[in-house]
Amino acid sequence: MGVFPRRRLAAVALVAATALLTTAGCGGDESAEGGPVTLTVDVFGQMGYQELYQEYMAAHPDVKIVERGTGGNLDEYSPKLTQWLAAGKGAGDVVAIEEGLLVEYKANPQNFVNLLDHGAAELKGNFLDWKWNQALTADGKQLIGLGTDVGGMAMCYRSDLFAKAGLPTQRDEVSKLWPTWQDYIATGEKFKAANTGAAFLDSATNIFNTIVLQTAGNAQGYHYYDTANNLVVDSNPAVRQAWDTTMDILDSGLSGKYGSWSEEWVSAFKQAKFATIACPAWMTGTIEGNAGPAAKGKWDIAQVPGNGGNWGGSFLAVPKQSKHQAEAIELAKFLTSAKGQIGAFKAKGPLPSNPQALDDPAVADSTNAYFSDAPVGKIFAAGAKSLKPVYMGPKNQAVRTEVENAVRTVDLGQRSPEQAWTDAVNNAKKAAAK
Amino acid sequence: MAVQLDALPPVTPAERSTARPPRRYRLSRLDEKYSPYLYIAPFFLLFGVFGAYPLAYTFWVSLHDWDLLAAEHPFVGGENYTRLLADPDFWHSVVNTLGIFVLSTVPQLLAALWLASLLNRRLRARTTWRMAVLVPNVTSTAAVAIVFGVLFGRQFGMINWLLDLVGVDAIDWKSNRFASWVAISAMVDWRWTGYNALIFLAAMQAVPRDLYESAAIDGASRARQFWKITVPLLKPTIIFAVIVSTIGGLQLFTEPRMFHSGTNPIRGGPLRESQTMTMYMFENAFAPHYNFGYGSAVAWLLFALIAIVAAINVVILRRLGGTDGPPRVRRPRKERAR
Repeated sequence: MGVFPRRRLAAVALVAATALLTTAGCGGDESAEGGPVTLTVDVFGQMGYQELYQEYMAAHPDVKIVERGTGGNLDEYSPKLTQWLAAGKGAGDVVAIEEGLLVEYKANPQNFVNLLDHGAAELKGNFLDWKWNQALTADGKQLIGLGTDVGGMAMCYRSDLFAKAGLPTQRDEVSKLWPTWQDYIATGEKFKAANTGAAFLDSATNIFNTIVLQTAGNAQGYHYYDTANNLVVDSNPAVRQAWDTTMDILDSGLSGKYGSWSEEWVSAFKQAKFATIACPAWMTGTIEGNAGPAAKGKWDIAQVPGNGGNWGGSFLAVPKQSKHQAEAIELAKFLTSAKGQIGAFKAKGPLPSNPQALDDPAVADSTNAYFSDAPVGKIFAAGAKSLKPVYMGPKNQAVRTEVENAVRTVDLGQRSPEQAWTDAVNNAKKAAAK
Repeated sequence: MAVQLDALPPVTPAERSTARPPRRYRLSRLDEKYSPYLYIAPFFLLFGVFGAYPLAYTFWVSLHDWDLLAAEHPFVGGENYTRLLADPDFWHSVVNTLGIFVLSTVPQLLAALWLASLLNRRLRARTTWRMAVLVPNVTSTAAVAIVFGVLFGRQFGMINWLLDLVGVDAIDWKSNRFASWVAISAMVDWRWTGYNALIFLAAMQAVPRDLYESAAIDGASRARQFWKITVPLLKPTIIFAVIVSTIGGLQLFTEPRMFHSGTNPIRGGPLRESQTMTMYMFENAFAPHYNFGYGSAVAWLLFALIAIVAAINVVILRRLGGTDGPPRVRRPRKERAR
């Protein structure tokens, strides 16, 4: 090989290497000047915003909205959001945050735009007081997000399976079957005795979360952490009471053991393998999505045993890394306005956190065709204004995961209730310390 | 197939005279001397950027209390490592990883060897068969894991349904530690056996035919030929396959992660039945703990474990094969006659 071609080869190699390195180094940043602005909205579950986007884009021709992640489960969504925030790149212009995770994001408020600096203060009247306060930092100086929905509770049931078991099927009569959780168990035992081939409830964890938030809300207003952020899993009587009630339910053999949000859970919905599921307002969208159109009119909604309660509810926030903060804030304000919350409620069922929206006939008088025309407005909205929220501490998600897992081990017969309680307390302490 | 790392370049340049060369040659000498480094530089540059730097940075992170979202990351020295070594959940994940690794790699390599020797015979439509064994490897891991996750379902899974037909009680594949290892190993084997078989096959093709011919003349059976000729000559390839499988097996993530669905699948079952080290790393670095420092410490211990296991593998394989020299096979006569 002569000298020249070899040198040319070396040059080519060098150019190739530098080209590789430089392209790896820089991504393309679209210029913010002129042209329509594209706003990305990151969501999980069923937020019900599609029609609202259309309306907003029609009124703002310079804005284009792209939604990512619809239908995704919270466990997949939250690590991604955290990574984007940590990397300073990748997050949407508007991001949804669930209330249990909000506490962790609130501990590092520098990642988000302070909405109080952008005229959010005058919107305070548009939100239930506690919902507004949840998104405020401890010093009250920064507002992380604007509230979307709250999770008023009910009990969804399959009336066809109830009929098969010889139980009443009308929602008022069904509600009368279970004023308390003990009555719920008694009804479950009757259902079980009828041998319909279906379990009485889906699995242990949904019902446990429902009960623990209900008992805590009705007692001192906190569950795993007290309001001074001390871990009180083992000393809070509300947690223990909810635990014992759940253990009674499991002990009666009422659970179908379909792990929540697993593929088997979805299959069990499709095959009508369980008759009841605790359903916060946002769950109605999930039930409809999982059970599919074939089960339309077979589901119905009754009162939740015990006394009310709140599970879940989300916020919309604008990360500081957004390149179109002003436009994103406007969009978040629109989506969380009374109008936006009513639209979302009608589309996918999340219950408004806006008092005006809750009073609006479009919500208060609404029915849900999928759930046998149940008056969802009456069932969910009626109690929403008197909801007692539960305070959540800094490592809420990690602690909740440990307690939930312990419940599941009893459900699957891997642990006795007492062993599992020890696990729950020890692992929760460990998780809180991490 | 054997790769000799210390071999000399095929052509040794001729000796040059010690006299100072004319000027116009100097440039070409520089070129000759240094351009080879330039040719191999792209790999090392890329490795530096995408391999060495992340490795070093992970180590740096592991020395800190690094909350993923926080602005400050205080230095804590070796604290993450000491805590990790005393963490029973970590050791649980190490045992899971090694268990799944052994359960999947051993049968996988044996099956691949066997499959390769079958493919090495005279077959009709040979190429079709050879390509067919690679098909599982082309499918996406996540898709495979989801399908297997459904097959191994407790209530609606096909495996339990088949077991039921033959009168065996349903097995809870996802919350029984050993059963979940078996299910995940099955997934890994399904995907990688064909791949390894093709590598072994390539090596087998390089074995001189006359070795087999003379062995056959000497009356050696097929099995004897396989163990006495094929396997010893394949040793370098087997070592390669074992090391690659070790790295892959100990980093197992997608299969066990996708095998579990529902809330918090990263735990690999309610009692961490099939949580591998990479899953434990993810659980700590990301949801729900967001403790990047602790997760990085797991990553480094995983690195150490892979190095140790790979070294053990190589030592064992060397012992198995006797010496590292030429295989103890009867040489064909014409060579011996010299």
